Amino acid sequence: MKLELLKAHVKNVEWGGKTALKGGVLTVDKAELLKAVADENFKKVDAELARPGESIRIVPVKDAIEPRFKVEGGGQEFPGVVSDVEPVGEGKTFVLEGAAVVTCGRIVNFQEGIVDMTGPAADYTPFSKTMNVVLIFEPVDGLEKHDYEKCCRIAGLKAALYLAQKAYEAGAEVDESKTYEILNFVESMKSYPGLPKVAYLYMLQTQGLLHDTYVYGIDAKRILPTIIHPNEVMDGAIVSGNCVSACDKNSTYTHQNNPVIRSLYEHHGKDLNFVGVIITNENVTLADKRRSSSYAVKLAKMFGVDGVVITEEGFGNPDADLIMNCRKAEAAGIKTTLVTDEYAGRDGASQSLADAAKEADAVVTAGNANMLIELPKLDKVIGYQDYANIIAGGFDGSLRADGSIEVELQAITGATCELGFTRISAETW
Amino acid sequence: MTYRIVHYINQFFAGIGGEEKADIAPEVRKAVVGPGMAFKAAFAGKAEIVGTVICGDTYFAEHIDDATDTIIKMISDLKPDAVVAGPAFNAGRYGTACGGVADAVSKRLGIPVVTGMYPENPGVDMYRKSIYIVPTADSARGIKDAVPAMAKLLLKMLEGGKLGSPAAEGYIPRGIRINTFYEEPGADRAVKMLVKKLKGEQFVTEYPMPSFDRVAPAAPVKDMKNATIAVVTSGGICPKGNPDHIEASSASKFGTYCIKDVQTADSEHYQTAHGGYDPTYANDDPNRVLPLDVLREKEKAGEFKKLYDYFSTTVGNGTSIANAKKFGLAIGKKLVDDGVDAVILTST
Repeated sequence: MKLELLKAHVKNVEWGGKTALKGGVLTVDKAELLKAVADENFKKVDAELARPGESIRIVPVKDAIEPRFKVEGGGQEFPGVVSDVEPVGEGKTFVLEGAAVVTCGRIVNFQEGIVDMTGPAADYTPFSKTMNVVLIFEPVDGLEKHDYEKCCRIAGLKAALYLAQKAYEAGAEVDESKTYEILNFVESMKSYPGLPKVAYLYMLQTQGLLHDTYVYGIDAKRILPTIIHPNEVMDGAIVSGNCVSACDKNSTYTHQNNPVIRSLYEHHGKDLNFVGVIITNENVTLADKRRSSSYAVKLAKMFGVDGVVITEEGFGNPDADLIMNCRKAEAAGIKTTLVTDEYAGRDGASQSLADAAKEADAVVTAGNANMLIELPKLDKVIGYQDYANIIAGGFDGSLRADGSIEVELQAITGATCELGFTRISAETW
Repeated sequence: MTYRIVHYINQFFAGIGGEEKADIAPEVRKAVVGPGMAFKAAFAGKAEIVGTVICGDTYFAEHIDDATDTIIKMISDLKPDAVVAGPAFNAGRYGTACGGVADAVSKRLGIPVVTGMYPENPGVDMYRKSIYIVPTADSARGIKDAVPAMAKLLLKMLEGGKLGSPAAEGYIPRGIRINTFYEEPGADRAVKMLVKKLKGEQFVTEYPMPSFDRVAPAAPVKDMKNATIAVVTSGGICPKGNPDHIEASSASKFGTYCIKDVQTADSEHYQTAHGGYDPTYANDDPNRVLPLDVLREKEKAGEFKKLYDYFSTTVGNGTSIANAKKFGLAIGKKLVDDGVDAVILTST
């Protein structure tokens, strides 16, 4: 399968009469955008813009999505959720690189985050570096949480699709084109003799009760681990629908731009042979954990791979899935490296993970999520700042009278992303 | 200004005496004593030792609460700006005392404190999370390196400098996880790490897994009346003269000795090789550590079938975990091979 990403670089964003991209400036027709995301379950939807460096705080943030639109090949972005169920991952996809849709508004559940466009927290969240079109939702009275979550999720995806489609159709120029290709199994297994075969074992958050991830629209806690082409992931086959702590939930944006897939492609044919991606889930019962970890490792064995990179989403309970995947893969002779984050306490002195194994000897960490961080008052708040006191990582008194905030890194969207999206790590002092 | 420093040391480094004087109570001297001379030189006029508090290691171990209170009072009365304890090298009880005193100084007096120990000193594991411990050699021969390193760290703390990483500042990692940023995103680090691992090259994990060396308790002995029981000790009891020269500290070996027909571990034939506790009572009656007398009584009474014909022994005093594990595996294997049903482990 071969996919070409047609990237148009977005260097600024502004409101205007027609949605289009010209000279790096994304102009957005606000009325049309709001119409595109309308839902009878929203009492009100508004939109705002937030640019890197501006004194703006967005809170509580639910998801971030990169605007993409398929212009060739089967299917369309976010299949099974806002587009048809046909497969994606081939042909050409237009990308508004440097832009993001950020969804925000009345809280769904505690695990939502903060994005500061400037100041110390901006160093931690990936979405302080993107030109953001922010949607702010207010649900109709009495809407159930899970229904509200679904409305927010779909509205964000629709907005991303709308922006990319309109910009493309208005004649946006492509600044950069990049092709991604992995051959079919017969060919790929014969490719690069002498290089180790490597797969990516991609753990999806599926603890349920608002902790869900969707693959082609299917709730991933109901899947057996399966194989997916990395290009399908780039076309939005995996979308986030979860309320997991903001720091280590994998937003739809980080799925679309999965850095492990990017890195494996960069190494492909040089020092490894990247043969595929196995997705698995993080269900809560022991039987489910055993079934999924055994099945995922069985798939890796069927590939005949020499090594896997395993990434986690969330923490605590999924640590058990991470360690099971690691131990079973190593026992099968498949070498592993893991990407996780840590909950070592505010003082950093506690044990970081809920489970451990000697086989887990190659771990990349995305930092200690319990670290406290102080955020100064910013000039403008998009959303509702008082949620800082109740979101995961916040505490009563997090929001101070002067508008400054003290929270754990846990509350900062994407701060300890376990896909290894950012440069953060931790060391022992 | 010149900072006022109080130095804490044990009876040995104060020149009072060895094990036989380990029971002396805390005392204070308004003087530079023993290794304090080396500190005086290392402080190079920036700080001076205004007093030395001395306590016997056994006294401290046996009266931890009272001794700590007394020592803290003595230190406090000298109005110090900072405290230095030790270095204790690989002396277990001295290390524990230095750690305990340093911990109390830090918590109760809130002033900078530094101690120094061999990384395997049990005091390190007990106190490294709460205090700064400079790594030293395992014996006083390492004092030349230990003192300047401790003095440097203490002066930095006194001068209000924010301490950097353990490697940069020269202290034993406290086990505190601190966030940092690398040049590359985590995903690239993970893929590169995997490539190295696949090639069999060296790689460094970013999170060393905590070691849970859990030993599952064995099932209870079902049939004691027909069981063969062995006895193994880390208390150092060995045949008189210590024929295999088991070291008094940091043991590198264990011994296995026949006790067929031996009814009691009497002082005529047995002694302890252990250098980490007062050997008087063990040497008076080695049964106190290796209870052959009681085991023979129980064997005769039919409480179990047979006392195994050999006992194994080593010295658990500054002995590395790696060595202890090696000994344990070797001893265990022989016991299993010889059909022993259960083993009684005694320490000191």
